Amino acid sequence: MQTSSPQGMVYGVILNDRPTLDRLGPALSQPPYNAPPKAPILYIKPYNTHAGAAVRLPRGAERVEVAATLGLVIGRDATALDEATAMDAVAGLRPILDVSLPNPSVYRPPVRERCFDGSCPMGGTLPYAAVAGLEALTLRTLVNGTVVAERSLSDLVRPPARLLAEVTGFMTLRAGDILHLGIALNGPQAGAGDRVRLEIDGFAPLDIAIEDAAAEGETP
Amino acid sequence: MKRARILLDGTVHAAVEEEGLLRLSDGRLIAPEAVDWLPPVEPRTVFALGLNYADHAKELAFKAPETPLVFLKGPNTIAGHRASTRRPADATFMHYECELAVVIGRTARDVPRDRAYEVVAGYSVANDYAIRDYLENYYRPNLRVKNRDGCTPLGPWLVDAADVPDPMNLSLRTLVNGRVTQEGSTRDMIFDVPHLIAYLSSIMTLSPGDVILTGTPEGLADVVPGDTVTTEIEGIGSLVNHIVAG
Repeated sequence: MQTSSPQGMVYGVILNDRPTLDRLGPALSQPPYNAPPKAPILYIKPYNTHAGAAVRLPRGAERVEVAATLGLVIGRDATALDEATAMDAVAGLRPILDVSLPNPSVYRPPVRERCFDGSCPMGGTLPYAAVAGLEALTLRTLVNGTVVAERSLSDLVRPPARLLAEVTGFMTLRAGDILHLGIALNGPQAGAGDRVRLEIDGFAPLDIAIEDAAAEGETP
Repeated sequence: MKRARILLDGTVHAAVEEEGLLRLSDGRLIAPEAVDWLPPVEPRTVFALGLNYADHAKELAFKAPETPLVFLKGPNTIAGHRASTRRPADATFMHYECELAVVIGRTARDVPRDRAYEVVAGYSVANDYAIRDYLENYYRPNLRVKNRDGCTPLGPWLVDAADVPDPMNLSLRTLVNGRVTQEGSTRDMIFDVPHLIAYLSSIMTLSPGDVILTGTPEGLADVVPGDTVTTEIEGIGSLVNHIVAG
């Protein structure tokens, strides 16, 4: 199923990969969290973040985190999906590099950290039906040509169909929205002048350049 | 001027308020009861504030934040005036939040506080329901609490900014089945409208159609199916919502 829905919202997910959950381990039962997460934990990448090839550092920032993930492009409005048929609502798959200001805490919504302009570069979309073995895909992040992170989507706590079912159990995803499969927290960083690439087998690489912050008073 | 978007006989119309009636853009004058109300704007990015009134922060046993506690909402959660909002069957505490909504009218980046009102198109009333059963301490308030379908009614009107000379001195209140349960004034915001616009536009570019829900004062109460919840702000409007089982 392929649609030409306009670009909608991008919903991100954290704590959906076993390595991050294992690494944080006991901290998730301590204040301020007090208990490991139960439902999917989402955040929003609003329209001003949706971007292409260059990401400007926010003023005052020297480093940003670059987190690789894959987005599920929703093909029809989706509410309360059944896990068994949830993937029928997916039209496409799209590589995403979620760029953020480093923050070890995930207690408060990450607006300052994850919503600055251009912080959601996305690659080209492939039709869902054209990609075999989604959960066996490997995501490789390179900074200036060197692999700095590699992850397999076999690390997901909630595989795509289950994630879709649980998320649409409490909110509708609309045609054109993107739900990504989750990012590993506290991953690789990059600074001004660095070139970051996300490689996923079968997809065109997503290349971005990190640029210096806008000067005070300059119109971005 | 008070502006609305309404649905009449299967057609969406722009309308303005005229002596208690709706003047449609095609010239007809219609009773407000005869139409379905859409949100007065189709929001782009929706920001909401947590703990932005000192009394409410205290009510929730939080100390007032040092920087604005901002979270985002998706388009799925916005509903119009006189909408029905579903209370999940397993919820034990679902509460309204009466909030002044600020609609951005111009592209805005790094706006100083003393020029913030220049980028405001107008104001509306929002009811930012929360279902506290689903609170988790990750990106709190998490989307399962705050981004449910139809749980953020907005309206009835977009009131032009020029008609609201002092948005920081408006009384607001909530009535449940006609009984007042929440009362406050926008003057008690911790971070006022100019501060919020300056703060958000220092992080990111704001665009026309972005909406900022500015937080709620104390006076939370559980609402159940059958309840009619009216959130109202002086000079801005009276937003009616019906709770249904869902």
